[in-house]
Amino acid sequence: MLKVENINVFYGDLQVLWGVSFEVREGEILVLVGANGAGKSTTLKTISGILKPKIGSIHFKGARLDELPADQVISHGVVHVPEARRLFREMTVEENLVMGSLAPEAKKKRAETLAWVYELFPRMKERRKQMAGTMSGGEQQMAAIGRGLMALPKLLMFDEPSLGLAPILVQEVFDIAKRINKEGVTVLLVEQNVRQTLALCHRAYVLENGRVVLSGTGKELLNDDHVKEAYLGI
Amino acid sequence: MDVFLQTFVAGVLKGGLYALIGIGMTLIMGVMGIINLAHGQLMMVAMYITYVLHLAGVDPYLSLFVAMPALFLLGAVIQRFLLNPLLKADTILPENQVLMTVGIGMVLTEVVRFIFKSDYKSVTTGYSNATFFLGNISFSMALVISFLIAIGFTVAMFFFLIRTDIGRSIRATAQDKDAAVLMGVNTGRITIITFGIGSGLVAAAGSLLAPVFYVFPDIGGPFTARAFIITILGGLGSTVGAIFGGVTLGLAESFGATYISMEFENIIGMTIFVLVLLFLPGGFKRLTKI
Repeated sequence: MLKVENINVFYGDLQVLWGVSFEVREGEILVLVGANGAGKSTTLKTISGILKPKIGSIHFKGARLDELPADQVISHGVVHVPEARRLFREMTVEENLVMGSLAPEAKKKRAETLAWVYELFPRMKERRKQMAGTMSGGEQQMAAIGRGLMALPKLLMFDEPSLGLAPILVQEVFDIAKRINKEGVTVLLVEQNVRQTLALCHRAYVLENGRVVLSGTGKELLNDDHVKEAYLGI
Repeated sequence: MDVFLQTFVAGVLKGGLYALIGIGMTLIMGVMGIINLAHGQLMMVAMYITYVLHLAGVDPYLSLFVAMPALFLLGAVIQRFLLNPLLKADTILPENQVLMTVGIGMVLTEVVRFIFKSDYKSVTTGYSNATFFLGNISFSMALVISFLIAIGFTVAMFFFLIRTDIGRSIRATAQDKDAAVLMGVNTGRITIITFGIGSGLVAAAGSLLAPVFYVFPDIGGPFTARAFIITILGGLGSTVGAIFGGVTLGLAESFGATYISMEFENIIGMTIFVLVLLFLPGGFKRLTKI
């Protein structure tokens, strides 16, 4: 479904991704795990067009994403829920959600999708008139995911959704990702929270210093010696 | 008491128009993060459009419908061809765009001076000097009509910003540009539309003020300063703040002129500006949280 091939990405002169390749298959939950600074967020930013690879390509269902302007990626059904949520803080929750559905196709079904998102997140319905910036971290994460869903994603990419959340909320966010996946949305999850995400995903890749060093099913990686030692502290 | 009320009314009426100027500036500030130092000069161009149409027998309030689209286009062209390209240039000064607006302001002033000379022109209509009374308070017909139209535009602007996708995209771009891009907002296009709208709003103010003020090429500068003061008073980038800022400046000028001296009109504005910077650095936005 999504094919990332040999991308090399730079911040100015500094190379952060070195020939990263991976594939996301339709219907699965794929996880990219790795330590802080491994290049996980950079990978997502490159897929959504904010950064451009110097070498390499990104294909999604036949379309070449890396040659598109960033604002057109979402209309292909590739939706990025950014790190630290990045809500429009001085807009209401509902306005934030509506901002997810600007593309013509999503706009046509706006009312319908909004009802679905409210069903998924009843809390958001209660808070719909509240300014997004005044909500708690967990609620903001729900709103950010809801905003992403409003775009009718085929592939939904989460960047560190557990960041800054209490453990109980972290589990809730992961449950939501699972539920969304069951509704037919392919999920690409980037996380530092290795143990929990490996347990819920279908497949995973491990990024270290801007390179893919390991890949396999969640179970395989949970039992991998290197993963155990470096990420699980066993 | 009458004098006080009279002064108050005059201040509010003028403030309504200042709000229109301030909202335009504040939108540009919010989205592009720059102070548009050609704002008053754009208004001056609109005043001259109104003046020329007036010579052709068009009522200033109707010439609004020519001046606004014309300035929308001029603003859009400025953003597209003069300001946006600067974003790509690597330079030592990040304030390049602001410097560019200073240059644009000068060019506009001198081009107008070249065509119309420095003479004071006036746009007089049947109601320019007409007044009516409520109790003992006199109302200038021209200012009252202008004030009502200005309120109409302000309300329309809020409706646009809150209810339409483009309006929401403008606010979203101002609050978090990267997130807006991720949501599919073409932020380059939004900056062009925003500069166009800002210019269109100040053009409306220009047409509305033309029957009240003398029109001359250098009138832009003082209005750029006023727009700047209003934007700072309101809290940079806050539209509601800009309305408060506009009315405050209108009132301050009006009271200053009545109780101190006509010549102090501009000093009052600047004094308030300095006081706000010293004691309320976030502007009214700090107080209202909107």
